[in-house]
Amino acid sequence: MTLLDFARGPALEWAAVIFVVGLFWRIGGLIFLARARPLSRNRRDDLWRGGWRMVWSRFVPNRVFRDRISLQFLAGWVWHVGFFVVLLMFEVHILFFEGLFGLSWPALPNTVILVAAAVTAGLLVMLLIRRATQPVLRAISGFDDYASVVVVLLPLLTGLASYAHLGLAYETMLALHLLSVALLLVWLPFSKLVHVITMLPSRYVMGVKFWRRGVEV
Amino acid sequence: MTHPPPSLSDRLRAHGISRRSFLRYCATTASLLALPPAMAPRIAQALEAQRRPSVIWLSFQECTGCTESILRSDAPSIESLIFESISLDYHHTLMAASGHAAEAAREAAMAENAGQYLVLVDGSIPLGNMGFSTTAGESNVETLRRVAAGAAAIVSIGTCAAYGGIPYANPNPTGAVPVSEIIRDKPIVNIPGCPPIPAVMTSVLAHFLAFGELPELDDLGRPVVFYGQNIHDRCYRRPFYERGEFAESFDDEGAKKGWCLYKLGCKGPTTYNACAVLKWNGGTSFPIEAGHPCLGCSEPNFWDAGSFYQPLSQATDLDSRTLALAVGAGVAGAVVAGVAGREAQKAHHEAAAKRAADRSKAEVSE
Ligand code: SF4
Repeated sequence: MTLLDFARGPALEWAAVIFVVGLFWRIGGLIFLARARPLSRNRRDDLWRGGWRMVWSRFVPNRVFRDRISLQFLAGWVWHVGFFVVLLMFEVHILFFEGLFGLSWPALPNTVILVAAAVTAGLLVMLLIRRATQPVLRAISGFDDYASVVVVLLPLLTGLASYAHLGLAYETMLALHLLSVALLLVWLPFSKLVHVITMLPSRYVMGVKFWRRGVEV
Repeated sequence: MTHPPPSLSDRLRAHGISRRSFLRYCATTASLLALPPAMAPRIAQALEAQRRPSVIWLSFQECTGCTESILRSDAPSIESLIFESISLDYHHTLMAASGHAAEAAREAAMAENAGQYLVLVDGSIPLGNMGFSTTAGESNVETLRRVAAGAAAIVSIGTCAAYGGIPYANPNPTGAVPVSEIIRDKPIVNIPGCPPIPAVMTSVLAHFLAFGELPELDDLGRPVVFYGQNIHDRCYRRPFYERGEFAESFDDEGAKKGWCLYKLGCKGPTTYNACAVLKWNGGTSFPIEAGHPCLGCSEPNFWDAGSFYQPLSQATDLDSRTLALAVGAGVAGAVVAGVAGREAQKAHHEAAAKRAADRSKAEVSE
């Protein structure tokens, strides 16, 4: 079995199984967690309104911190969008999903994908360096923070290299790309990357909590 | 008085091939082998002097496609004459003799040319049961060992001899193996392909005849000059690939316009062979030019590397059923662990509450 056969076959299969089982395990854990009952009376009604507002309001930087965090915020936004554009709108990736679910959709031109991937990878590198060099960021970062960025970065770099036929032979690069995707799948449910699914619900919960105490969200 | 066997140049003349054509052939062979043009006269000289070197062709678990490919030509070409000009002392399909006479011819060739003859093998060798494939009562593996012992070099022709090929594919019912798993003490050159390109075969032979050694090989034992680049890098449909223009089916507009066949499962990007350059049938065409994706037939395990029509970017083992099972397992695991966790949480809270109550009771009694 060649490296590519392994990557396309058992590696992706097992990684996907661990990803799905891990994700449901995490979701189940959060759902089943016993929560303390609020002991005070709600200051406001329509709690859902607070949750809903928080879900959207946090998509833009808070006015108080705007000057200090705009760059980070913008970079974060761009690379997240870039990542999903590359993941979901690249012809070859759509082909992958079609093979799995039988569904396909129109792709963006390869040049657009190439630019999106390059910008995304560049921003991630920049943010990684920033995290490692800024004293405050450094102090609040642990292994998970660095590893998660690297694990997201690897599929982008190997994907770019295999698309452009750079570095190693195409089949080796493609195998490394698929293996890096497998690593991302295995890492995601058990790391901070799990925010992919928890972010919006936790914003909602936070919004509800703030709202019932009368805090503006 | 006995005459020495005719040299290659005698035989070419006898076939009405001019010296000019022969020299042109040598120049082409030199360029195919990526040798400097100055080497062409040396090849010519060496080939002309050749006195029909002995070649023993062993056919094991094979379909005779390789023999067909190499020997079939509408008009006798110089390549095929080169092939004829070796002394093919043993070949099941081609030799006139049969039965004991055929085996005797092989034994005689081996004795007369000990240490100097070339062994060409097509087909894989079954190790599962010695009776699966035999010749004159001898198992393939015994024949190979015995014949290879006195060989100067071995040429594994076709993917079956080189890497096991189709008989080696899962579940490999005969326990087939390639030549290189049995013979380890002789120079072996692999010329994979199902079948291999005739010009590659004759050029490797010409190289051996002219220089007495095999050409430079890669890590899979293939001549680098022919297998150094993948099909994709030399494919004339590559611009369509770069532009993201793909045929979606065999008869859509894209297919008619000659767009890239990646989506139809083309294995060109991972297949190392010279098809896109040398082509087939006298340079007429090659599979991709004929509208069919490359199957990757010259690569090891090509038969087991997923469907021929599945794009390279798709997973081979993963499917939606596996994912659905994983969802079920994940949900079931989460429910069990969640309920257990909740119980533990409850027990913990109750114990804490009890401790607090005990403490306050004790304080009151004090
Ligand atoms: S047809 Fe195959 S080899 Fe040719 S460019 Fe497309 S993928 Fe590559």
